Amino acid sequence: MRLEAGTYFMQGNEACVEGAIAAGLRFFAGYPITPSTEIAERLAERLPEEGGIFIQMEDEIASISAVIGSSWVGAKAMTATSGPGFSLMQENIGYAAMTETPLVIVNVMRGGPSTGLPTMPSQGDVMQAKYGSHGDYEIIALAPATVQDMFDLTIKAFNFSEIYRVPAIILSDAEVGHMRGKFTVPKKSEVLERRMRTDKVWHDGFAYDESLVPRFPVFGRGFRVHVTGISHDIAGYPRTDPEVHEELVRRLSEKIIGNRDKISLTDIYNEDSDRFIVTYGSPTLAAMEVIGNDPSIGLLQLKTLWPMPEESIRHVAKNVKEILVVEMNMGQVFKEVQRIACLEGCENVRLLSKVGGEVHTPQEIVHSLRRC
Amino acid sequence: MEDFFDLYRKDRWPTIFCPGCGVGTVMNCFYRAFSELDIDQDRVVFVSGVGCSSRIPGYIRADSIHTTHGRALAVATGLSLSNPDLKVIVFTGDGDLGAIGGNHFIHSSRRNADMTVFCINNNIYGMTGGQASTTTPHRAFSTTTPYGNMEFPFDLAELAVTAGANYVARWTVRNVKELIGSMRKALVKNGFSFVEVASPCPTGFGRRNKMGDPKQMYEWLKIKSVRKEKSEFWNMDPVDLNISGQITIGEFVDRNRPSLGSMLKSMMNNE
Repeated sequence: MRLEAGTYFMQGNEACVEGAIAAGLRFFAGYPITPSTEIAERLAERLPEEGGIFIQMEDEIASISAVIGSSWVGAKAMTATSGPGFSLMQENIGYAAMTETPLVIVNVMRGGPSTGLPTMPSQGDVMQAKYGSHGDYEIIALAPATVQDMFDLTIKAFNFSEIYRVPAIILSDAEVGHMRGKFTVPKKSEVLERRMRTDKVWHDGFAYDESLVPRFPVFGRGFRVHVTGISHDIAGYPRTDPEVHEELVRRLSEKIIGNRDKISLTDIYNEDSDRFIVTYGSPTLAAMEVIGNDPSIGLLQLKTLWPMPEESIRHVAKNVKEILVVEMNMGQVFKEVQRIACLEGCENVRLLSKVGGEVHTPQEIVHSLRRC
Repeated sequence: MEDFFDLYRKDRWPTIFCPGCGVGTVMNCFYRAFSELDIDQDRVVFVSGVGCSSRIPGYIRADSIHTTHGRALAVATGLSLSNPDLKVIVFTGDGDLGAIGGNHFIHSSRRNADMTVFCINNNIYGMTGGQASTTTPHRAFSTTTPYGNMEFPFDLAELAVTAGANYVARWTVRNVKELIGSMRKALVKNGFSFVEVASPCPTGFGRRNKMGDPKQMYEWLKIKSVRKEKSEFWNMDPVDLNISGQITIGEFVDRNRPSLGSMLKSMMNNE
C-alpha cells in the first residue's frame, strides 16, 4: 500500500523509500553501505508488497548495472549508496548518460575521501556527482535538507529522470538520511512518465525531436533497438565519425542545460536583504534558524545542484554586498557560486567550510557573518 | 526463421572480426540453434559486455544492449527480473566474464539467475591486441606475457558448475553439431545456463604461439580437446593448465534447481 495522504514521523531514508514508491518504483538493486542501508532494508520489505522487485547484488557496480537493465524493460528503477559505492558506480553513470537510461541513485553522503567517516555526514560528493565519470555529460542532482525533502525530491528525481532520460542523483547526507522528523504526504503528487516509442521501427531507435529527448523504445515490444555505450547514430549503431560523436555528446548536454530553468529548484527567503547565505542539504536547517532570528539576512537554498541554478544565484548576486556559502566540504558549490556571482559584479563571496563530520551550528554562521 | 539475415542485421555487414576468428562459427551455430526453436525474436533481449564476442548482439536484429566491460550478467539480472517473460541471452568472452566480470559470473551462477550465457573463450584479449587473459594457458605467450604466462588459467565451465548453474557445457568451434545441440538445450533451460566455446584467435593468440595460421589453431583445438567420457582428468583437472595440455569438452551438468525468478515469484505469491 502506498502511504495515504497524511502526516507521518519517519527517518529521512525511510521517507525517501516512501517517495520512491509514490513515484512508481518497480525495481531496486543495492548493496549495504552506511549511512544508506535503511533505504535497502525498508525496500526489501516494502517493494514486494507493491509487486516490485528488490535484489541485493554482489557489489555497487552490479547494483547500478541491474538498475540499467531493469530500466530498459521500462521499469522505474533505483539504487542507493554512499561515497565508496558511489565511486564504484561512476563508469555506469556515464554509460546511463550515454545510453539515455532513466534511473535514480540516492547517495547518502558521508565523510571522505576513502572509507572516511562512515557514520557522519559530509557534502563532499557534489563535484563527483557531476564530473565523476569520464567524458562530457550532464546529470541531474537534487539536495534534500529535511525529511519532507527526502519524500518530495525523490519523486522529483524520478520525474526528471524519466522526462529527460538521464540519471538523477539524490545527494542526501548522513544527517538528513538518519534525521527523524515529520513529513506530509499530499493527496496527490505529480508523477511523470517517460515518453514511450509506439511505432514499430528498428532503424532509428534514438531519433529525437525538438525536445532533444528520444522517445523510449522499451525492450520486448519488437523495436529491435541496439543500445551501446559506444558513440552511436540515431539507429543506435556504433559509429566513430567525428560529426556523429559531436552531435550526440552536445545533445546529451543540451537536453539538460537547455532545460535548466525547469530543473532548477530553489527557495529564497528575505529576498530584499543585502547579505545572503547560500546553502543546501543539512546546513540549511542552521541557516533557517539564523535568518529566523535576523530577518536582515537572506537565504538561498539550492534544492537542485546540477545543473547549477544559475538564474537564482545571479538574481541574488545582483543587489547584495556579500554572499556566504555554507557547506560541509572544502568549497565545492562555493566555487560555482563565486563564478556565477562574479558575472553580476558581486565579488564578495565567502565560504564557511566544515569537514569534520558535524553540521554547522547557527552560531558558527552568525559568527562568520559578523566578520564581514 | 528462413534466412540467416532474419536473425542478423544485414545493414551492419561486414563484421569487424579478423580472418580465422571463431566468432563467425559461433554466430552461425547460434542461428542454427535459435531458428530451430520456437522463440519469438521480439521477446528476446541480447546482452553483452565489451570485447570481440560482445560485439555479437550489435549484429543481431533484436533488442540488444552492449553494456560496460564485465557487467553484462548484472545488467541481464535486472532485465530478466523486471520482465520475466523475456528470454535473456548473453554473449561474452573470457576477459569480460572471467576477469573484470568474474564476480558477476560467480553470483549469477549462484543465484541461478534466468539467462543463457554463451562465452567465446579465445584465451586472449583480442579487441585490445593480444594481452593475457584469465584463460591464457600457463607458459603461453601474449603481449603482456613476453616471457610466457607465469599464472594459471581459470576453468570457466567448472566454475559455473560449482557455483550452481543449471546447465553447463563446453565445446570447441570444431564441434559444430554438439555445440548447436548444447546451445538449443541452454536456450530452453530455466535458470542459469552456460555454454563455453573454445575458439581460435590466430591474430591475438596464435601469432605469438606459433599458430598464426588459422589452420594451425584449428589443429591445436583438435589435439587439445578430449571428450569428458574419454578423459581421465575430469573431476580432477578438467582444463590442463599448459598450452600443450587438454581441454575437456562435453556436457558437465544438466539439472533443474529453482531459478532466481521463480523463487522471487513464489515469495510474492506467499507460497
